[in-house]
Amino acid sequence: MKKKPKQQEYTYAVARIRFKETKLLSDADLASLLAAKDTDAVMRLLRDKGWGDNADHRPEELLAIEEKKLWDFVAESVDDLSTLNFLLVHHDFHNLKVAVKCITRDSKPDGLWIGNAVEDPEKLYRALKSREYGELPDYLREPAKEAMSAILQTSDGQLCDLIIDKACMEYVYHLGHEDDNEIIRLYCELFVASSDIKIALRSARTHKKLDFIRRSMAACDTLDVEKLSLAAVEGEDAVLTYLGTTEYRAAVDALGVSMSAFEKWCDDYLTAVMKPQKWEPFGIGPIVAYIIARQNELKAVRMILSAKVNNLSESTIKERLRSMYV
Amino acid sequence: MAEILNNSGLFFALLGAAFATFLAGIGSAIGVGKAGVAAAGVLSEQPDLFGKVLIFQLLPATQGIYGLLVGFLILSNVGLLGGGVEEISLLKGSLYFAASLPIAFAGYFSAVHQSKCSVAGIGTVVKKPDQMGKALILPAMVETYAILALLISILAVNGIHGIQV
Repeated sequence: MKKKPKQQEYTYAVARIRFKETKLLSDADLASLLAAKDTDAVMRLLRDKGWGDNADHRPEELLAIEEKKLWDFVAESVDDLSTLNFLLVHHDFHNLKVAVKCITRDSKPDGLWIGNAVEDPEKLYRALKSREYGELPDYLREPAKEAMSAILQTSDGQLCDLIIDKACMEYVYHLGHEDDNEIIRLYCELFVASSDIKIALRSARTHKKLDFIRRSMAACDTLDVEKLSLAAVEGEDAVLTYLGTTEYRAAVDALGVSMSAFEKWCDDYLTAVMKPQKWEPFGIGPIVAYIIARQNELKAVRMILSAKVNNLSESTIKERLRSMYV
Repeated sequence: MAEILNNSGLFFALLGAAFATFLAGIGSAIGVGKAGVAAAGVLSEQPDLFGKVLIFQLLPATQGIYGLLVGFLILSNVGLLGGGVEEISLLKGSLYFAASLPIAFAGYFSAVHQSKCSVAGIGTVVKKPDQMGKALILPAMVETYAILALLISILAVNGIHGIQV
């Protein structure tokens, strides 16, 4: 059994995070970015806030630099990075989908990988190409075998996605329960529950069969997956009615608006739950909260930058912007 | 047998001195170490806060000094420092040992818990350097209990010195 690090072991990391939190963008900072005239003005404001590396970069490069800074900082401050695998494994499952599809379609995966995954995607690709499943980590081995055989037998890309997505949800749920930290458990639970809700709504809209819906969803603690599946077969209203009886009743309004409104609700909910971590002097909680806050910040800046590039109105973006951690 | 019992008084007195120094010292070492780790984390981001975080790191160090003080008093009372060792009865030796317990245990636990408070205080100072005074008062409150224990230990050691048992 894996020995869990003691709570005090994160004292150094949390102390560094206390300083880093003072550099996070606030709601007021986002409002200034949103009010900026164009992309150049946004980039200038971000550079003034310490973003980038003092050189001129394109927006996507700046975001990549900031993402790298985040994970470099985490790697420097946390001894055992595997504690944070629950935040990254979904990148591995994405990379697995890419590998399976590229191998079966004989195409190159260049540019399709997601970085910051637990496993090196190239290694994943080589192992899968040579069918050496033993080279894959345990949590990817079975989904890889199943997805490869499904796609080779049926050429059904959607079935391949379904197998891998479900394996991802089940593994994240498992990671949440493996750890006794409340914050990690909550993050993993919300990850699985929100995925189930999205599957239910999309399935209701596209009139999927019950068997397909059941195969797609993963069990979690806050939803009755069987009831949700049956509601999805009935239609969108039935899904919303069922959700009204669960602890996600506050999300029903957002779901009625759009899927992106629901995603915003999930991120805002997570931010609200994480906020008390700002006062926690020890433990993994403040580290997890900081990573999530930084990812939300990057998401918000990406949205603002693409809005400026595409000349979208301020109000369109404002309703999509997440609440900030500070 | 009676001779052995009479001589073992010195052993218990010495054990008391060792206990006070050893337990309170361990507590301080843990506390200073823990606060030091947090201070190092802050300094890696903001080196100009050195002076402020150093004060927080030193707060849990006092318990070790209190333990040392009580240890010195016991050693002095039994004559181990002056060179003229007194004959100490088993009962008197045991009393010295009992007198060392308040600072030994309260010193250990207060240092460990004060360090947690110091780490939290360091976090406060990083975010709001102007709140240094308030952030410092909170861990300093934990010190109260180490001081109370020190007081009892000193009074007891001095009291035992004067009694004939």
